[in-house]
Amino acid sequence: MNAQPAPNSFRNGPDENGRFGIFGGRFVAETLMPLILDLEKAYAEAKADPAFRTELDGYLKHYVGRPSPLYFAERLTEHLRAASTTGGGAKIYFKRDELNHTGAHKVNNVTGQILLAMRMGKKRIIAETGAGQHGVATATLCARFGLQCIVYMGAVDVERQKPNVFRMKMLGAEVIPVHSGTSTLKDAMNEALRDWVTNVADTFYCIGTAAGPHPYPMMVRDFQAVIGNETKAQMHEAEGRLPDSLIASIGGGSNAIGLFHPFLDDPSVKIWGVEAAGHGVDSGQQAASLTGGKPGVLHGNRTYLLIDDDGQITDAHSISAGLDYPGIGPEHAWLHQMGRIEYISATDSEALEAFQLCSKLEGIIPALEPSHAIAKVMQLAPALPRDHLMVVNLCGRGDKDIFTVAEHLGGM
Amino acid sequence: MTTRLSARFAACAAEGRAALVTFVTAGDPDYATAEAILHALPGAGADVIELGVPFTDPMADGIPVQLAGQRALKSGQTLRRTLAMVRDFRKVDPSTPIVLMGYYNPVYVYGVEAFIADALAAGVDGLIMVDLPPEEDAELCTPALAAGLNFIRLATPTTDAARLPKVLQNTSGFVYYVSMTGITGGVIASYDAVGEAVSRIKAHTVLPVAVGFGVKTPEDAAAIARGADGVVVGSALVERVRLSLDADGKATARTVPAVTELVAALAAGVRTVKKAA
Repeated sequence: MNAQPAPNSFRNGPDENGRFGIFGGRFVAETLMPLILDLEKAYAEAKADPAFRTELDGYLKHYVGRPSPLYFAERLTEHLRAASTTGGGAKIYFKRDELNHTGAHKVNNVTGQILLAMRMGKKRIIAETGAGQHGVATATLCARFGLQCIVYMGAVDVERQKPNVFRMKMLGAEVIPVHSGTSTLKDAMNEALRDWVTNVADTFYCIGTAAGPHPYPMMVRDFQAVIGNETKAQMHEAEGRLPDSLIASIGGGSNAIGLFHPFLDDPSVKIWGVEAAGHGVDSGQQAASLTGGKPGVLHGNRTYLLIDDDGQITDAHSISAGLDYPGIGPEHAWLHQMGRIEYISATDSEALEAFQLCSKLEGIIPALEPSHAIAKVMQLAPALPRDHLMVVNLCGRGDKDIFTVAEHLGGM
Repeated sequence: MTTRLSARFAACAAEGRAALVTFVTAGDPDYATAEAILHALPGAGADVIELGVPFTDPMADGIPVQLAGQRALKSGQTLRRTLAMVRDFRKVDPSTPIVLMGYYNPVYVYGVEAFIADALAAGVDGLIMVDLPPEEDAELCTPALAAGLNFIRLATPTTDAARLPKVLQNTSGFVYYVSMTGITGGVIASYDAVGEAVSRIKAHTVLPVAVGFGVKTPEDAAAIARGADGVVVGSALVERVRLSLDADGKATARTVPAVTELVAALAAGVRTVKKAA
């Protein structure tokens, strides 16, 4: 799609109707409409209340373990410099959100939403989860604050992410396997919406990614922007300047928008989002909705989706349960249309290769989700100059994925 | 403006009874059987037909309607074929109102302008789009109303007094009151609460108010008919379809009568409640 003229700022969205250009919005059943209007109001009040920010920052520091380090990945950098045919090779930094309590970036958003839920007097928390990281983070915060927690998870994902299912149960959450549709993340979200519409009075829906009806895409982005804000300060301290590029994996896109958003108005910073290409974008078994989809309406927002000519949602596929979603957050759809961010994709096998390389060279086992971003770092970095500073969002650790990877690699 | 919907609700009111609004999913369990069901509905006692447009991700529907949609999609149903089904129905039944009920994405992907034109040409009377609240009226509601289609809005127990006028503002044909906070096919907690809600809505609008979600039996229908201008039954009908199928999920000789027998019983239930004409 052709880029449109740049606005004065890429950071002003959404508008009062929850739109980023044509994307976003509030496509929900009437039963939910009063609830999301309430949520929008409560969030606006919390955002304007310095006490809320102070409380959130306190938990992020002492409970989550923020700030997460910005780490110079020296051996990966050297390895890719050795592969450079031009004598170049970017200097690669990892933003280490995998070191957060619960092992991924998801907890940043959950901490914010749970504090908001308590402000609103809601005692019952529901969530959807794909890889289980958002479910674990939600179960964790619910345990911490004594709230009831129900997590919807596609039956297929329950099977391939068993360690996280067990963790959620240990934390006192009820995990409900979802058998409808394709039994993956999108169906878990459908089921969570059905729960919410049924239990309107006491329930807070804690959405895990920067998608869904307004105000979720904005709110989740705001809570995740701590990643980019820290990165900006840390890079300044380490190198005295802005990074030259940012790269992050994208399912719904919350880790990516969290890293990217504070940099959107810094035109010198090149930004790549990496979608999951599964067996390949043209294979029919993939999850890259920007690269291989078109605009449609699902789960409360207009965005890029994998859809057929009749408007039916087609099955996504990725080795990574966290990226196995046929849509993407609406702000990404808009940034794609505006040309501010370049969206590329990595296949299952590229991600598996990156998973192994990162483990062996850096002693960090990444989740399969950020392995997609690392896979593209491996292709992009050697062609870039040595003074190019590149930040990859290491948004989750790979403990949960070792069985999946072992299966693919034949038991190792 | 007199429309098929307003004429039909007026005719039922003149008989001193509520209208029976029946929901079935287009293409469930296959095109030919669904078409046979559609054609049999008016004779069995359906006053208004809601034809479900199948969608892969029906977020407001319970399991019966979800499964009906999956059966229809599996049999190859598309929005285009649903419009064709209405067009053929109109050739033999010029008066029974048909309302398409579904989710916005298939319409959006079809193209809003093209859809409105094709729906009107096929003889569709109105639209119920579950995921288009008043806040998104510019998408489909406004152009559909301008073109002469009815746009039927859902009012729910969460629609409070402050919000009700906004919900009713661009509603036409009838108002669909959702009897509970929940998904289709749930359980109605209190008929008294439903009756009060209907009275509250009727104080704000001259449109007929139909009540649905959770009406399963002739007794349910009669209970709802006391206060409402229309009674909507859906999940119970598509469950009849499901239970009539053979082991391979194919239609049997029982499929059409299984639906029409329940419709006839519901129509009788509605008629047990006499109201001032």
